[in-house]
Amino acid sequence: MENLVNLSYIAAAILFVFGIKMLGHADTARKGNQISSIGMALAIIVTLLSQGLDYKLVLGGIAVGSVIGFIAAKRVQMTGMPELVALFNGFGGLASLLVGWAEYQRASHTTLAGLDIAKVETFTAAVIVLAILIGGITFTGSLYAWGKLSGKLGGRALTFGGQKAFNALLALGIIVAGVIFTLAPTAELAYPMLLAVIVLALLLGIFAVMPIGGGDMPVVISLLNSCSGLAACAAGFVIANNVLIVAGCLVGASGLILTIIMCKAMNRTLVNVLFSGFGATSQATGSASTGEMKPVSVEDAYYILEAAFNVIVIPGYGMAVAQAQHAVKELGEVLEANDCEVRFAIHPVAGRMPGHMNVLLAEADVPYEQLVEMDDVNPTIEMVDVAIVIGANDVVNPAAADDPASPIYGMPIINAHKAKTTFCLKRGKGAGFSGLENALFTAPNSRMIYGDAKATVSGLVAQFKDS
Amino acid sequence: MEIILLLFIFVLSGFLGFELIAKVPSQLHTPLMSGSNAISGITVVGAILAVNTSSDNLSVWLGFAAIVLATINVVGGYMVTDRMLGMFKKKGK
Repeated sequence: MENLVNLSYIAAAILFVFGIKMLGHADTARKGNQISSIGMALAIIVTLLSQGLDYKLVLGGIAVGSVIGFIAAKRVQMTGMPELVALFNGFGGLASLLVGWAEYQRASHTTLAGLDIAKVETFTAAVIVLAILIGGITFTGSLYAWGKLSGKLGGRALTFGGQKAFNALLALGIIVAGVIFTLAPTAELAYPMLLAVIVLALLLGIFAVMPIGGGDMPVVISLLNSCSGLAACAAGFVIANNVLIVAGCLVGASGLILTIIMCKAMNRTLVNVLFSGFGATSQATGSASTGEMKPVSVEDAYYILEAAFNVIVIPGYGMAVAQAQHAVKELGEVLEANDCEVRFAIHPVAGRMPGHMNVLLAEADVPYEQLVEMDDVNPTIEMVDVAIVIGANDVVNPAAADDPASPIYGMPIINAHKAKTTFCLKRGKGAGFSGLENALFTAPNSRMIYGDAKATVSGLVAQFKDS
Repeated sequence: MEIILLLFIFVLSGFLGFELIAKVPSQLHTPLMSGSNAISGITVVGAILAVNTSSDNLSVWLGFAAIVLATINVVGGYMVTDRMLGMFKKKGK
C-alpha cells in the first residue's frame, strides 16, 4: 500500500515537472496547467487512502476549500487578478505554517503521554521552524500586498524611523526563539518558543512588505510566490514527504526566476528592492524638470492620430485603474481601419504583477501579434508617429536613461520620448505613483491629455466614428 | 540517512526547477505565477495527513484549517490560471 502511495507521488511529481515546463511556452501553457492539476488530483487522492484519517473533517475541509476557491476564481475580474493571486498565495503560506504547527502538536502530544520522549528530532524541529517562519512571512506579506493592490491600504511605501532596526530586531527574535526551540524541542520552554516564532514571523511579513512601494509590487509578488513554494517544501521535510519537497522546490525555483527577471527589468538588485524604501520619499532626488506640460484636447489629439501611420500604445498601471483596456482595444481597431499600424509596447514591470498588462489586453481581445516587448520596439521608435502613454510613468521616464541623480537611473525604459509625438494620458498634473517627476511630460514633442483614461480613449474612438 | 535522501531530492529538484523555465515570454509571466502558485498548494497533502484519528484535538483542527486554506489555493489557483490562458488562446482565430 505504501509503495502504491509513493509510486503515485512520483507520477504526480512527473506531471508537475511537465506541467511547469509547458507553462513556459505560449502554445502549450493551458495544457501544461491542466497536466499539473491532474498531478495535484492524483497526489490528493492517494493521500486519502492513508490509514486512520478522520474522513468527515478531511472531506469536509476539501469541500469547503473547493467551493470558496471555485467561487473566487469564477467571480474575479481580470483587473482584480493581482490581488487574488496574492491572496491565494497567502493562504498557501498559512497552510504550510499550520501543517508545521500541527505536526509539532501531534509529536509533542505523544511525548506528554510518555510514549516516545525523543519523538521530535533536532532536524524535524529545525524544519518545523522553517515551515512556520517562511509560511508566516508569506501569509501576512501576501495579505499586506493584497491590501496594497486592492487599494485598501495606501499603495505608497510606508516607512518610519528605525524601521530597519525594528525589522532586524524581529529577525533576531525569530532566530533566538528558533534556535532555543530546535536545540530542545521536547523541553518545557519549547512550546512558548514555537508560538513566539509564529507571532514574530507574522509580524515580520507585514513589516517587510510595508516599506516597498507600489511600483515594486511585481518583484514582491513573485518573491512571495517563491516563498509559498519553499514553505510547502519545508513542510515536506517536516513530514518526510517527497512530493511536497519536489513540488515546493519547483515552485520556489520558478518564483525565484521570475523575481530575477523582474529585478533585471528594473536594473536593480533584489536587496535594493526589498530594503531601500523606494518611492517613500516624494521628489527627494533627481533634477527638477524644466519646461511646461502642454495639454491638448481630445479633438486636437484626434487630428494628429488621424494623420498617423504608425502608432504604439504604452499601457501602465493607470490603464488597469481606469479599466480602459476595452476602450484601448477599440481605439486600436479604429486606427487600423484608418490604415495605421498599431502596436502595444509592454514593459516587463508595467502594472502591479508580472505580465499584468498582457492579462488585461488579452481580456479585451487585443490580437497577440500586436503585443510587442520593449526590446523589439525601442530600435525603431524614431519611426513611430504617435506614442500613446496610458497611465504609465516610470517605465517611460527618460531620467532612467540620462539622469544619474535619478533613483531609477539605469532602468531600461521604453523610449517614448523619441517618438515623433507622444500623448500622455494622465489623471492630473501631479507626480506619478513613485513620486518622481517625469521629464517625458515636459518634452517638446509631448502633449498631455488630462482626465480619466477610459473617458479620453472612448472620446478619441467617438471622434473617429463620427468622421 | 533519510534526511540525507530528502536533502538530495531537494537539491536536485531545485536545479531542475531552474532549468525548466529559463526563458519565459512576458505574456506568460502571470499564468506561470498563478499556475505555480496552485502547485504550492501541495501542502494540502501534509494537512490531510495531520487530520488523523490518532491526533489530538488541536492538531486535528490546525490540520482542518490547513486543508481548507490549501484547497482554496489549489482549486482557485488552477481555475484562475485556466481562465487566463483561455483568453490568450482565443487569439489564434
